[in-house]
Amino acid sequence: MMFVRTPRLSRRLALGSLIGAAALVSVPAFAEDTVKIGLIVPMTGGQASTGKQIDNAIKLYMQQNGDTVAGKKIEVILKDDAALPDNTKRLTQELIVNDKVNVIAGFGVTPAALAAAPLATQAKVLEVVMAAGTSIITEKSPYITRTSFTLPQSSTVIADWAVKNGIQTVATLTSDYAPGNDALASFKEHFEGGGGKIVEEIKVPLANPDFAPFLQRMKDAKPDAMFVFVPAGQGGNFMKQYVERGLDKSGIKVIGPGDVMDDDLLNNMGEAAEGVVTAHIYSAAHPSQKNKDFVAAYQKAYGVRPGFMAVGGYDGIHLIYEALKKTGGKADGDSLIAAVKGMAWESPRGPISIDPETRDIVQNVYIRKVQKGADGQLYNVEFATFGPIKDPGKATKK
Amino acid sequence: MTAIPHEAMGRQLVAAARWRPAEWVFWLFAAATVLLFPDRYLILTEVAWLGLFALSLDLILGYAGIVSLGHAAFFGIGAYSAGLLAKHGLINEPVLALVVAGFAAAVVGFLTSFLVMRGSDLTRLMVTLAIALVLRELANRFSDITGGFDGLQGITVAPVLGLFEFDLFGKVGYIYCLSVLFLLFVLARRIVHSPFGLSLRAIRNNPLRAAAIGIPVNRRLIWIYTVAAFYAGVAGALFTQSSAIASLDVFAFDRSADLMLVLVIGGTGYLYGGLIGAAIFKLLQQEVSSLTPQYWQFWIGLVLVVIVLLGRQRIESAVTFVPRRIARLFGKEIAALPGGEAP
Repeated sequence: MMFVRTPRLSRRLALGSLIGAAALVSVPAFAEDTVKIGLIVPMTGGQASTGKQIDNAIKLYMQQNGDTVAGKKIEVILKDDAALPDNTKRLTQELIVNDKVNVIAGFGVTPAALAAAPLATQAKVLEVVMAAGTSIITEKSPYITRTSFTLPQSSTVIADWAVKNGIQTVATLTSDYAPGNDALASFKEHFEGGGGKIVEEIKVPLANPDFAPFLQRMKDAKPDAMFVFVPAGQGGNFMKQYVERGLDKSGIKVIGPGDVMDDDLLNNMGEAAEGVVTAHIYSAAHPSQKNKDFVAAYQKAYGVRPGFMAVGGYDGIHLIYEALKKTGGKADGDSLIAAVKGMAWESPRGPISIDPETRDIVQNVYIRKVQKGADGQLYNVEFATFGPIKDPGKATKK
Repeated sequence: MTAIPHEAMGRQLVAAARWRPAEWVFWLFAAATVLLFPDRYLILTEVAWLGLFALSLDLILGYAGIVSLGHAAFFGIGAYSAGLLAKHGLINEPVLALVVAGFAAAVVGFLTSFLVMRGSDLTRLMVTLAIALVLRELANRFSDITGGFDGLQGITVAPVLGLFEFDLFGKVGYIYCLSVLFLLFVLARRIVHSPFGLSLRAIRNNPLRAAAIGIPVNRRLIWIYTVAAFYAGVAGALFTQSSAIASLDVFAFDRSADLMLVLVIGGTGYLYGGLIGAAIFKLLQQEVSSLTPQYWQFWIGLVLVVIVLLGRQRIESAVTFVPRRIARLFGKEIAALPGGEAP
């Protein structure tokens, strides 16, 4: 067998070359009157819900407001990075080099936003972070702005609230990655600063976590409450295991930043979720006309409730539109970043603005409790407002 | 090595090791891509390191018959080594760092090879898979060194040989990866056509008989496993150096599984299989995912099923039908060119 000569080599080489050549020939299209936005979000994999919400929200906004602004046609190029930073980096680079995009946007997770940062600086393009929530992101490039939130914003508020409302001991359960560590650090600082005591600190791996063993330790530690941060999308799984382990009957309350009670999943969590108090920037039940219209339009278009990721995308595209209006259609990074600084508007989540110094978002943080709404569905009902709050992660550093 | 020295067989072996015209065409085309597709350097870079990675798996799977579902272990070691060396400024020059990263992976490959040798195919699948998972968890655990899930941030890669700086367009990165791929390919070609390589194929075909004719089976397998680990480590280092990123997913199971797919597409036991498989896999993925960012995985899956159902040879003969016809007009059939390895 070893020495049989076959014609395979040359054929395969021909096949490889042909396919290679066919796939590589690209037709670049240029138009001076378009502003191109490269939207890089996870559309597949564990973080897919983030990407889908952002994509939906942007499509909705463009339906409502048209696809032309300041005489320019807006073109959004959607790319899936599956939340892997090396994909993000390559896609960003290709969008900048080949598609000549004027703005890069999206970024479902922190590593993805960070991977794109040096490219934004090098190519001088505006980077609009619509999801990732680690404090340091905006410091990594002078062209980065953010329309989502930072973890310290919500974590410090829930810590202050807990201290005031008689919660003395807390066990923490946070996902082991940058946003989780941010949440933990800022919660701890404010909670212990206010006289509270942290009895147990547990970090769970981010990928495919099994909460059961951690929950058992929580149960044994018997704190007044447990502070929970898991990224959007994992909250449902967490609550399921919380009930399975009988923690709902143990009297240990769940508090935390609102990611765990994401509107996206909330209604499927069942009764165990009722009464959970979280601090967050957006609830689908936010009682403003702007939000009611937004939720109604989103539900009509996609059949589901928008979560805070959708709002991040909705505000992100709004920010780009407004910045273009201000620059009169000039879409270079320097003009756009100058235009976004200090911009303020009414979002579905409430009034928000962009800090002129840090280019990060300034917004209210609301304390909410999960309750049944009039339609029998579960909602995060807001009952206290803190703010407007700048990112405390940066304030403490200075 | 063989029991009967046979002149005709010797001639055949020498002839099999000679460079074919089609191979020259392949590499000339590869070199020409640098000029032909200036806006596609980034994806081509990925093709280059994935090709090298697939070549590495082919060395153990196609030539020595060792199945592995955890080849990403060595890719990851190489990636993190290169990343750490560059980040802490231990070895700034990329080529030297590349070699060091490769050796780091080779050491791990050598040490784990003893575990892998112990079992048969199914056990090997599990053992290799487990090694990759363990390494991934270690990288996750020691997040102060590796950066954990957030990955190794702040890697700056120095200019290649102190002369060529990595640019935004990825040109230097691509030429660098392609050159490394070519050099290591030539080396791999030497290895598989050497008596050592021939003994590996004897082992793959029948380990008992190979042992009976005096081939030290385990020692040979340990050697090739170590060499393959070196190759995978270099591929990982190329990945880190060209993207300036090392994150946990370099160890991911998906990466090992994708690599199997690459070899399934391109063919095993045939050095070009990995390279062609990598090109088809990456370009297909890129094209389909830009057409439908949400459902591209479905189409890729469908294509793979079709490839497997139809069989590679039928597709090849369909694709090469026209070129063969043209060649026949000139009185010469392309397919008559002497081929490479037997399946």
